[in-house]
Amino acid sequence: MNRLAQLFNNKEDKDILSIYFTAGYPHLDSTLAIAEELEKAGADFLEIGFPYSDPLADGPVIQNSSQVALQNGMTLEVLFGQLKGLRERVSIPVYLMGYFNTVLQYGVERFCKSCAEVGVDGVIVPDLPIYEYEELYEAVFKRYGISNVFLVSPQTSDERIRKIDSLSTDFIYLLSSSATTGKDLKVSEERLSYFQRIKALNLENRVVIGFGISNHESFQQAARAADAAIIGSAFVRQLENEDYLECIPKFIRSIKEG
Amino acid sequence: MNEKGYYGKFGGAYIPEMLYPNVEELRQEYLKIMHDPDFQAEFDQLMRDYVGRPSPLYLAERLSERYGANIYLKREDLNHTGAHKINNTIGQILLAQRLGKKRIIAETGAGQHGVATATVCALKGLECVVYMGAVDIERQAPNVARMKMMGATVVAAESGSKTLKDATNEALRDWINNPVDTHYIIGSAVGPHPYPDMVARFQSIISSEAKQQLLDKKGKLPDYVMACVGGGSNAIGMFYHFLDDENVQLIAAEAAGQGIHSGHSAATSVLGKEGVLHGSRTILMQTADGQVIEPYSISAGLDYPGIGPQHAFLHENKRVKYVSITDDEAMQAGLLLTRLEGIIPAIESAHALAQLEKMKFEKNDDVILCLSGRGDKDLDNYMKYFSF
Repeated sequence: MNRLAQLFNNKEDKDILSIYFTAGYPHLDSTLAIAEELEKAGADFLEIGFPYSDPLADGPVIQNSSQVALQNGMTLEVLFGQLKGLRERVSIPVYLMGYFNTVLQYGVERFCKSCAEVGVDGVIVPDLPIYEYEELYEAVFKRYGISNVFLVSPQTSDERIRKIDSLSTDFIYLLSSSATTGKDLKVSEERLSYFQRIKALNLENRVVIGFGISNHESFQQAARAADAAIIGSAFVRQLENEDYLECIPKFIRSIKEG
Repeated sequence: MNEKGYYGKFGGAYIPEMLYPNVEELRQEYLKIMHDPDFQAEFDQLMRDYVGRPSPLYLAERLSERYGANIYLKREDLNHTGAHKINNTIGQILLAQRLGKKRIIAETGAGQHGVATATVCALKGLECVVYMGAVDIERQAPNVARMKMMGATVVAAESGSKTLKDATNEALRDWINNPVDTHYIIGSAVGPHPYPDMVARFQSIISSEAKQQLLDKKGKLPDYVMACVGGGSNAIGMFYHFLDDENVQLIAAEAAGQGIHSGHSAATSVLGKEGVLHGSRTILMQTADGQVIEPYSISAGLDYPGIGPQHAFLHENKRVKYVSITDDEAMQAGLLLTRLEGIIPAIESAHALAQLEKMKFEKNDDVILCLSGRGDKDLDNYMKYFSF
């Protein structure tokens, strides 16, 4: 059984929290230390972003962390070097998240192979759409056992969601609204009914809600409306502090316990 | 092109799911709308009475004498707003209206596409937001003023290098955040399918006119057709109806900036590698790690790190010859046209003119060159360069 399935099997009635951060930010070598600290503090699984010069689905906070990470010298080559030690230090599920052009230049097959070698569970590549994935890359991902996670937005039709569900293997990334990352979203009736519509589809895969979740209230609503919730920009903002590692336990507590 | 927007291996729609409904709606509707007689009638009428088409095909006699061939200039510089960009914005605003959109967004580099978009929004009474790199806003003050006067909101793109590619990112982000009521008018033959095809179809009026105009004058097809290429909208429009005429040689001039290998260049066909940029698989300038390299050209309209996917395809299958022209060569060619013909060209178009110096023509060759825009916006640049 893979790490994510295990996590959900043991979850009981806990709200599952996933955290996103950008590799190589704030410092080139901070990637693993942050991952380790997050696990200790109680994060349930992680998305590690690999930076891109033109991150068009991201708002200002993650644009900035990406730019700093690139200036620090982060590349996929460097990241996979750092992640060689991942499974000695981190046991929770880890997904890599980034844009397709960097994967394409690294080599799609080589990328999947590197993911498998270092113990990464899957990837989220927002600008690799389902048609191109199915036509060109699904076989390679499967060969290396790397799960590819697709996004679903409030405008995605039920028919397309079912198609995405059939191509997915771990979870579906449900966007809380059509927005770039880092917008603060208020808990609303409209959003709840969208979450309920998805739930009623009885999908094969777990559903994890992300984008715009920044505090205990929005986390709890999302985590309970689906299987888990992801926090990105609100966490990356914490890393601006000089003592960023020490901020992590407090931040996780504030999200989980309010 | 296949139904998924691929020209060979180039094209497609590499977009995040948030953009899928918008782009899919366009993909399903654009051909239906463009083929609708009511749409065509309105498009034709605006092209004639508002833009001033057909634009003349002018035999530049003194230029012809210098190069030993018949050089015909396709005068897109005489269009309303001064460039070919208006052909596409008229088409897309009529499309946006028929899709029921209330708000228009656009990206712009030098400001020509921004002005052309603000113009059609004023004409149709639609809200208009134009994204422009903070650096370009500084460099192109007159065009910023024109957009504002026409009622558009100009938003500075402060991310990345603060130029055209960042303005494009910001426009795409706006579209993600406003998926229902907004149409994005992309100005070049780039972006996810169906944009490259849609823009090419609207700009193809350039070659449909030019082909007929030369037939009327000479009863034959041209030997050469030439244009400048950044993203590639005027070039694809100029080549469109000649693509199947194998005896017509097609030549596209891209910007080599301070020299192809100077580190300050936009010579994508030489320096670019296959990758994904702004939603399509194409050729782009990038690092080994896949980070987009900021291009450079003295002409803001050619200052783009990629080329449209159809151009990538035409480059690969060698139907079009791509050549590189430096800043200096373009500026000299711009001055030459001004002195020989009394026409001040946009610095973009001057890149195509500069290629004339390098051609080996036969005496009776007929050459059509797309004069894509006028040089009014570039006067500051010309004055500084030549110390007038």
